[in-house]
Amino acid sequence: MLHGTFGYGREFDQFIDLNKLGGIITKGTSLKPRPGNKPPRICETPSGMLNSIGLQNPGVEYFAQNDLPWLKKFDTAIIVNACGSSIDEYVELCKILNTLDIDGVELNLSCPNVKAGCLAFGTTYEGVKEVTTAVRKVLDKPLIVKLTPNVTDITLTAKAVEDAGADAVSLINTLLGMSINIDTRKPYLANNTGGLSGPAVKPVAVRMVYQVAKAVNIPVLGMGGIVTGEDAIEFMLAGANAVSIGCGNFISPDVSINAIEGIESYMTKHKIDDINSIVGTVEMN
Amino acid sequence: MPVNVKAKLISKEQLKNDIFKFVISSKEIANIAKPGQFLEIRVSNNIDPFLRRPISIYDIDKENSSLTFIFQVKGKGTTILSQKNVGEEIDVMGPLGFGCFKLENYKNISIIGGGIGVFPLHELAKTAKQNANVNTYLGFRSKDFVLCENDFNNVSNKLVITTDDGSYGENGFAINYLTADLDKSNTDCIYACGPLPMLRAVQKLALERNIPCQLSLEERMGCGIGACLGCAVKTSSSPKDAPQYMHVCKAGPVFDAKDVEI
Ligand SMILES: Cc1cc2nc3c(=O)[nH]c(=O)nc-3n(C[C@H](O)[C@H](O)[C@H](O)COP(=O)(O)O)c2cc1C
Repeated sequence: MLHGTFGYGREFDQFIDLNKLGGIITKGTSLKPRPGNKPPRICETPSGMLNSIGLQNPGVEYFAQNDLPWLKKFDTAIIVNACGSSIDEYVELCKILNTLDIDGVELNLSCPNVKAGCLAFGTTYEGVKEVTTAVRKVLDKPLIVKLTPNVTDITLTAKAVEDAGADAVSLINTLLGMSINIDTRKPYLANNTGGLSGPAVKPVAVRMVYQVAKAVNIPVLGMGGIVTGEDAIEFMLAGANAVSIGCGNFISPDVSINAIEGIESYMTKHKIDDINSIVGTVEMN
Repeated sequence: MPVNVKAKLISKEQLKNDIFKFVISSKEIANIAKPGQFLEIRVSNNIDPFLRRPISIYDIDKENSSLTFIFQVKGKGTTILSQKNVGEEIDVMGPLGFGCFKLENYKNISIIGGGIGVFPLHELAKTAKQNANVNTYLGFRSKDFVLCENDFNNVSNKLVITTDDGSYGENGFAINYLTADLDKSNTDCIYACGPLPMLRAVQKLALERNIPCQLSLEERMGCGIGACLGCAVKTSSSPKDAPQYMHVCKAGPVFDAKDVEI
């Protein structure tokens, strides 16, 4: 699975065979087009990066007309990452998504880079439950809800997802961070703060996936810093039923393909026939 | 279509303390690269530094299937890159950027660059000179910072080097010499790359005089291929309260001066 950072797939098609991927989760898509934030939007950090893209996207209508037909040419699951700034907006958007030929919806309740919405709903049990319940009523397709790590107890928001009847939970979105240019004394990002991702966040993500997998009975989609097959295995041992790669795709366009091969060689080395058999099998000390 | 290849470093030259000139071998990239395009280089196999480094193409040699780029050592990534040895392979993605320099059928062109922004202008001047009269204006801080003078001499009909402090070449900003020449004779198009204040001044000049103008821009990049939407640049047609953005790595790095607000 690829995540958020993969645009609508077109940019990577020139380098890799998209048919080899289990699925593509689109970049955040909203009811109406969103221009995104002022640049600079990106800043490299040790073993990772900060971003404040601000969910720039052309809107769901444009996606449905221009990108979806193209994506459908490939033999891979298409999941739309959906974002909004009010419950009504999430509901309206999901009504439209329900009519499209897609394999599922991932509710983004966790983007740290937009002022209203998203994160606002994503940090409390009540907020997550309210949006998810409202969306569940209008969406027949598989519903995944993506959690923010910017909370004190991630099992609470994970339970809200389960209680509201969603099919799966995904985590983590980016960790809120800041990086300062010491010469100008200004933050590197125009938005001042941004979301941290990449290998730097992996231990936090693995810990949270472990906690969430213990707390809920729905499948867990794990992400945060995965760049190799070994990273993916670590998430699965912690309890992820599936994994996805976000900014790891920027290292090289074939990172996801290499990760799949890495998982396969781990399976051969450890004589594992069914990868599902390792999910959640970490042996705690 | 761009490719991701391991390209052998075939020559390495240290132009200044912190400036390196690399020639790499890649038939795939050299065959299709155009003036103004850039490469994304993965400097090591480690996860730190995490992102690739965008570096513009200085020279394309289709005959020898090689590409030249020149870079300044600025941080972790470029330091590691500068330590590569001849014979080593470098992980390169390219050529990138749909917006390259457009030569149309211009007969008289002016090229202006500043500091380390002069590099992408070399391949442009070289290609343009086959069919056009090329006047080039390059500005540097002082004598010690002057770069690539001989190379630009070979690909320009007229070359003006300026230094801010007058320690070498003409005294003052390159744009002053461009402006003076524009007063005397016409130019079909101005091409620019360099620091933002220079680009803004060139943009203003070109728009005021209604001269076609192409600007090569830089912005911090994530992926280099248009997926992450990091390297945003505002469109000039944006309504005041509703900014619209294009992306340097995809729509650019070269933009029509009329299209961008910088
Ligand atoms: C440039 C960039 C854009 C992103 N856009 C989205 C998005 O639109 N929707 C979303 O839910 N997550 C988005 N994310 C978050 C990723 O999907 C992922 O949750 C996070 O980056 C951690 O995983 P990673 O370390 O593999 O990138 C984005 C991340 C980056 C770096």
